[in-house]
Amino acid sequence: MGSLRLVTIALLLASPAFAQTYGVGRPTTAEELSRLDISIGPTGEELPPGHGTAKEGAQLFQRKGCVACHGKAGIGGGPAPALQSKKGQDVPIWERERILPLTAPFATTVWDYIHRAMPLGNEGTLTADEAYALTAYLLFVNKVIPEDEVLDKQSLPKVKMPIGDDYARLPAWKPGTPRLQGYPY
Amino acid sequence: MGSKQTSRRELLKGGAALAGGLTLTSGAIAPALGQTHDHMAMGGAPNDYPMIMGSKELIEYGQRSHYVTSMRMAHPMGGRASPDAFGKVFHLASPLQDSVGVVTPSSLHYVATTRGSYMPDIDPAQHTLTIHGLVDRALTFTMEDLKRLPSVTRLQFIECAGNRHNGQQKTVQESHGMTSCAEWTGVLLSTLLKECGLKGSATWFVAEGAEEVKGASSMPIAKAMDDCVIAYGMNGEAIRPQNGFPLRILVPGFEGIFNTKYLRRIKVVDRYYMNYNDFGHLDRKPEEAALSFQIGPKSVITRPSGGQLLPGRGYYEISGLAWSGGGAIRTVEVSTDGGKKWNRAEIKATPQRMAHTRFGYMWNWDGNETEILSRCTDEIGQVQPTREQVAQYWNVPFERDYRVPGLDNSVMPWRIARDGSVTNGLA
Repeated sequence: MGSLRLVTIALLLASPAFAQTYGVGRPTTAEELSRLDISIGPTGEELPPGHGTAKEGAQLFQRKGCVACHGKAGIGGGPAPALQSKKGQDVPIWERERILPLTAPFATTVWDYIHRAMPLGNEGTLTADEAYALTAYLLFVNKVIPEDEVLDKQSLPKVKMPIGDDYARLPAWKPGTPRLQGYPY
Repeated sequence: MGSKQTSRRELLKGGAALAGGLTLTSGAIAPALGQTHDHMAMGGAPNDYPMIMGSKELIEYGQRSHYVTSMRMAHPMGGRASPDAFGKVFHLASPLQDSVGVVTPSSLHYVATTRGSYMPDIDPAQHTLTIHGLVDRALTFTMEDLKRLPSVTRLQFIECAGNRHNGQQKTVQESHGMTSCAEWTGVLLSTLLKECGLKGSATWFVAEGAEEVKGASSMPIAKAMDDCVIAYGMNGEAIRPQNGFPLRILVPGFEGIFNTKYLRRIKVVDRYYMNYNDFGHLDRKPEEAALSFQIGPKSVITRPSGGQLLPGRGYYEISGLAWSGGGAIRTVEVSTDGGKKWNRAEIKATPQRMAHTRFGYMWNWDGNETEILSRCTDEIGQVQPTREQVAQYWNVPFERDYRVPGLDNSVMPWRIARDGSVTNGLA
C-alpha cells in the first residue's frame, strides 16, 4: 500500500502537469529590454539621464504643437484635455479636476505618461531632456514646482505633489474574499 | 416588444442589390431569383421568402440576417465622443436589451480604451510578449510559443468601472451596456511566470499594451498567480482588434481597465507602480480604495427593459444577467411589485465564476402599473444592494443622486406603465 502511494506520487511528479517549466520562450536581450521598458515607478530608478526646466518646457510646448490641442499653457479649449488646473492651488487636491496626473502622489507618473504617450501621432519620440522639460513646465503652470527648478533623475522623484500623503493605501487582495471585509454588498 | 427595425428588403427589391453586386454589404439577397420562384410556384409549395444566394463571402465568413439590426452605441460616459475629434474610440456600449444567453457576440462586445486611443493593426507574426522585472529570467514569447503551452478556456465577463446607472438613461444599453461576456482561450499567467521564475520580492505586476498610448495598469501578484489568463482566443476565434488582437490579459472580476489589450509586456515589481491608469484608482478613504479593484455582485433585467413595450397583459419571461467579481452567482431573485416580495428566479445554466449568468422568471402581468427589479447573491455570500442599503451602510443620508462607492452594483428598477411601456425606474 505504502509503495503504491509512492509510485502514484512519482508518476504525478513526472507528468507534465506538475512540471515546473516547459522551456518555451526565449531569453529577452538587454537591448530589447532597454527599448521596451518604459515604465517609470515611484522611485524613478528607470529614469534616464537628462534634465529640463519649465522655461525650456514652455518653448517645447509651442514647438512640439502641444498648444494646438491642449491650449495655451495647457488651459484647454482645444480637442484634447486641459492640463492646467482652473481651480488653482488653494483648492484641496481631492476637490480639483482630474487633469494631468496632478492628483498622483509621484511626479514620475507625469514624466512616464508624457514620454510614452505624447505627442499625438509621434508617441515615444520625445528625448529624455524634452520629457523632463515638459514635465517641469506642466508642474510649474500648476504651481507644483518653481520656474527655475531643474528636473532630472534625482530631483523628479522627490517633487512634492499636492496630494502629499493624503491617500489610502490599497489593501492586499486575496482570492475568494469579499471586496471589503465586513461589507455585505 | 422589441427595438425598431429598418428593413432593407424593399430597398433591395428596387435593384440596389443587383447594382451593388452580390456582396456582403448588399445583404446578398437575390430578388430576381426570388421573383422567378414566385412565378414557378404554381400548385406546389410556394416559398414564403426570397432566397439568399451563396457567395464567396458568405461561404467563408457568415453574416447575421439583415433583419437583425442590434448594434453598439457610443457611450456618453466621461463626456467624450466615439470617435472623437482625433478618430479615437473611447467607450462603446453593448446592446444588452437584445442579448440572449450569456455570450456576447464579439462584434457586439463592449469596447473601452485607455483614455481614448487608436486600435493598433498588429501582425501576430511580429507580436511578442515580454515578461521581466522581479523574475529569475526575462523571457519573450511569440504567439506560437504561447499556443504551445497548456491552454484554458473560460467564460468571463469584463465590465467597465464607469458602468453606472442613473435616472437619465433610457435603455439598458445606456445604463448597463459597458459589460459583456465572452469565452476566452489562452494561457494562465501563472504558467508563464513559472517559466520565468518569480522572485520572492514580487508583490505587483504591470501589464502594458501596444496601442499608441501604451496603456498600463498595476495589479497584485496574488491575482496573477490565481486566475489571470493571457488570452489569444475569443468566442472560438482569434480576439477581434477592438478587443485586443492578438493578445490581452483577462483579470477575472476586476474592473475593465485592468484587462489590458494588445498586451506586449509584463513587468514584475515590488510596489504599486502608479501608472497613468493607476492614480485614478486612488481614494482618500481606505474602505473606498478597497472597493476599486474587484467588482461586486450585480444583476439587471434586460427584457423587458427601458424603451420596450409589453403589448398586453399575460405571461412574459423576465430575463436578465447576473455577475460578480467575487465568484459564481448562487441565486437571483426578481420582484414584480417594486421590491415588496422577492421570488427566486431560474438560473439558466451552471453559473461560471466571474461570468454573466442568465436568469429568467415567468411573470403574469395583470396590466397594472408596477416596478420590476432583480438582485443576486454570489458564492461568497455578497448580496447586490439597493442604493438605499448602501447609503445606510455608509451612514450617509440617501438622496436620489446618491453615488454608490466602487463600481455601481446597485439594483436597477424598471417601471411598467399601464400602457405596457417600460421606463427607467430611477427617473
